[in-house]
Amino acid sequence: MSTPYAKLPAWADYGLIPLINLSVAFIVAGFVVLLVGENPFRAAVILVEGAFGKGTGIAFTLFYATTFIFTGLSVAVAAHCGLFNIGTEGQAYISGLGIAIVCLSFDSTLPWWLTFPLAIVASAVVGALWALIPAYLQAKRGSHIVITTIMFNFIAASIMVYLLVGPLKPAGSQAPQTRNFFAGAELPKLNWIIELFGAKIRSAPLNVTFLLALLMAFLVWLLIWRTKLGYEMRTYGHSPKAARYAGISETRIIITAMMISGALAGMMALNPVMGDQHNVAIDFVSGAGFVGIAVALMGRLHPVGIVLAAVLFGMLYQGGAELAFEMPAISRDMIVIIQGLVILFAGALEHMFRPYIQALFASFSPRSVGMEAVKGKGA
Amino acid sequence: MDVFIAIVQILDSTIRLSVPLLLACLAGLFSERSGIFDIGLEGKMLVGAFAGAAAASVFHSAFIGLGMAILISVAFAMVHGFASITHRGNQIVSGVAINFIAAGSTIILGQAWFSQGGRTPALQPGERFDAIVWPGAEAVRDVPIIGPIYAELISGHSLLVYLAFLMVPFTWWVLFRTRFGLRLRAVGENPAAVDTAGISVAWLRYRALICTGILTGVAGAYLSMVQNGGFVKDMTAGKGYIALAALIFAKWKPVNAMFACLLFGFLDAAAIRLQGSPLPIIGKVPVQFMQALPYILTVILLAGFIGKAIPPRAGGVPYVKER
Repeated sequence: MSTPYAKLPAWADYGLIPLINLSVAFIVAGFVVLLVGENPFRAAVILVEGAFGKGTGIAFTLFYATTFIFTGLSVAVAAHCGLFNIGTEGQAYISGLGIAIVCLSFDSTLPWWLTFPLAIVASAVVGALWALIPAYLQAKRGSHIVITTIMFNFIAASIMVYLLVGPLKPAGSQAPQTRNFFAGAELPKLNWIIELFGAKIRSAPLNVTFLLALLMAFLVWLLIWRTKLGYEMRTYGHSPKAARYAGISETRIIITAMMISGALAGMMALNPVMGDQHNVAIDFVSGAGFVGIAVALMGRLHPVGIVLAAVLFGMLYQGGAELAFEMPAISRDMIVIIQGLVILFAGALEHMFRPYIQALFASFSPRSVGMEAVKGKGA
Repeated sequence: MDVFIAIVQILDSTIRLSVPLLLACLAGLFSERSGIFDIGLEGKMLVGAFAGAAAASVFHSAFIGLGMAILISVAFAMVHGFASITHRGNQIVSGVAINFIAAGSTIILGQAWFSQGGRTPALQPGERFDAIVWPGAEAVRDVPIIGPIYAELISGHSLLVYLAFLMVPFTWWVLFRTRFGLRLRAVGENPAAVDTAGISVAWLRYRALICTGILTGVAGAYLSMVQNGGFVKDMTAGKGYIALAALIFAKWKPVNAMFACLLFGFLDAAAIRLQGSPLPIIGKVPVQFMQALPYILTVILLAGFIGKAIPPRAGGVPYVKER
């Protein structure tokens, strides 16, 4: 992924450019709000107040952020290996099956702290297996991972719908979902942490999965930057040719990276299923897998960035709900637009402002871009 | 005779259901043949559907609706081009972005302008493309075999259906018999060679994307102005992705694309028709299995078990001149 662009100082590369891209995305979103006939500044204030103004809001924001940390990490791990895992959505969805099997079997006999580890393993294994087939096809058969993972999203959705309107649905129930779990599969809430700071919380679903998400962010950082496997993944992502030359097995590295990515995606399902709804329902992922793409891109594929970006998107989801309440013309789908704009400006158009910023840097301090720029341009 | 009528009816709905797939698939053909991956077919169809239905109901004209559908869809295609051609961004990321922006903005704008929960007003006669009854269709309806085929299958579709099927030979002709088509295919295989010949790679790819935008616009207009009589949120429901699957299934060839879309349309029609009623020999097939079948077939194809699907060589790679 060599870019034909010159190097900038690290703080500009990792701080300034993402910030500019993000601002542009929000400015365009502001125009959409204007088009709808509302005041974008008032909308922004409502959004931020809704997300951080009250204890309940903060808890909800972090609850959503938990989900996005998992999916963001999932996309990022694959991306470090040069693979675009667009199948996070499907991997998370199908993992609901693994969690359902564990929870429905053990929720009346085991306490939560025994069910939880089992469910973590089940969700990770199912997610990893669902990513295994596209990974194998990419490694061995050369079929494009983007296309196969898209197809697998739809196949996962079909399987889950079939199971949830059929075998997994309790007899006599109309709703397409499993029966509600008993206390043995309900995760404890974390709201007391926020209450320590004096805020009041009315039933918010923030739960221990949040801590698991932070742990995973740390482990991913360890994996990518502190292990041999991570080094190999980054090498392969940077240049498959160089990796092959260095004796890294292409098949092994693709399959490993995708299975880790799938496992992280799978764990996302724990948060809504065991932490909030206490059942597996149709479409419980509801696009969180795709939000992961935006989160990973915005976080520049770094776990710290991903956690921050996930909190930002959590804020958008929670604040967006408040916004829909205050401004009826703006529904929660506004978030989908913002998400799209973030993916566009922070992802596809990430280099749009770079030449201008380079020119700016060059005019202030030629040395900061000087030599590198000449080499980079190949002049 | 009842079985025959049932088969004709299934085939008739096969045609109706495969039209949006076919148009989107041909749209994807133009862009992918020029070396631009386009995951955003879904989103462009969706904005086309919304713009078409909205404009038709405001201006009381089906053709203004169609024109607006094409215009907005092309505009979204140009965003994709701006990101992936001019700024050499990741084409898949850009496509994903377009799908999100389309999904969100159609609902938000629909709600803001029409306040009907994201729908557009139901289209009146004259605001949508009506069925064209061919001469003598009613007269021959009672003739055995030929009658129902003529009256149901061939006659009685809207203008856009015939247009979609005419686009197949037209696309083939453009791609394989014109200079533009030759260059378009060349730029998808080896852009450096095209550049060396003094032809602008970027402009060629932009033109391919304009073709894509026009066709996805028509596909969207078909959904909201023929099939449905108004826009409903998320009405494309994954059709853009099925079209993408069909494109791979067809190995990036126009005539194959038609057969792939008819096959996928047939699966859809059969799934609706059967709705859980048992088949001979196989027994009861879950509807979900029928719905997943296009994707399963495509994965099997991609795995190389039914021939080999080889994409255009330069697909997905931004062209950098100075290297």
